Amino acid sequence: MSALEIFLTTLGMAAITLLSRSFFMLPKDELPMPRWLREGLRYAPTAALAAVVTPELFMTQGHFIDTWRNAGLFGAAAGLAFYAWRRSLFGTTVCGTGVMLALRFGLGW
Amino acid sequence: MNFRINSLRDQALALARRPLFREGARDATPMAIGIAAWGLVAGVAMAKSGMGISLAVFMSVLVYAGSAQIASLPLIVSDAPIWVVWATTACVSLRFMAFSFHYRPYFAHLPRRQRIALSYLMGDTNFALFIRRFPEHVPGEAYPDYFLGSALVTYGLWQVAIITGIVAGAAIPASWGLGFAGTMALLALTCTQLRTPSTIAAAVVAGCAAVAAYALPLRLNILVGIAAAVAVGVAAHHAQRVRGDARS
Repeated sequence: MSALEIFLTTLGMAAITLLSRSFFMLPKDELPMPRWLREGLRYAPTAALAAVVTPELFMTQGHFIDTWRNAGLFGAAAGLAFYAWRRSLFGTTVCGTGVMLALRFGLGW
Repeated sequence: MNFRINSLRDQALALARRPLFREGARDATPMAIGIAAWGLVAGVAMAKSGMGISLAVFMSVLVYAGSAQIASLPLIVSDAPIWVVWATTACVSLRFMAFSFHYRPYFAHLPRRQRIALSYLMGDTNFALFIRRFPEHVPGEAYPDYFLGSALVTYGLWQVAIITGIVAGAAIPASWGLGFAGTMALLALTCTQLRTPSTIAAAVVAGCAAVAAYALPLRLNILVGIAAAVAVGVAAHHAQRVRGDARS
């Protein structure tokens, strides 16, 4: 994206996040939470995150990864193990990135 | 003008002296290490997306939603259409709607402009703190004071941390491949959402569908993944409930 496109994207993102945050605060009268929203709330955020992250891990240059010697994959596995152990966002990120860097620079993957 | 600045300062000082504001700020402080560490990582990820320091800082200050920002990075890097980034942001931000639903009775007495201003500061940590401190709405408590205390501390810490990460990340050479920190941050965020079997099923379906539909143009695979997961999640939830009803 060009700088201008990123700028516009950012403005839109700001408007969308502010609208979601203030959604039930905006109207004067009380709104019931509709059923579709309740169900969407349960799954859409998780689904959006998973849909963005999974291709990042398993696709390279538009193709499914063709070798298991993939530093990112092992980094992600280490991160998941760390998450299961400690439940820490920061620790998971640092552990996964650290393992990826070690494999990349240590083994040249 | 001088008078206005002075009165603003007096208002800020008066707010800072209120007991519930102080309590909110005090409750938010122990979270500081977690918020700062997370902000630092998110900042590095933003710098490594190649959007440049100024745009990254602009996005952090204006959007103030770590998960939406991190989820947008791979899409921005891969030149996805703007509306796909917005659709993804909207889905990731749905949880904020739940926050505003729960906050409403506490702030309904305020004018709309103040309600919107408070909404801007909503976040995951201060929501958890607020609901723990005030599980029930009892009229007469100074709810905005407590909210502002914890929310302003969180906002300040987060911005300092993420801007530090952006500036530091920009100094690290691209050849290290540190953009992977963004993927890991996103993976970690996804893990925090996996609370029930049906959300796990939804995440797996979303991931598989997004990979399977990767060949679609305009990064539409993201939307395919979300749609498939919501459909399966709703179906799984209903199946579980029907089974539960049959058993009981």
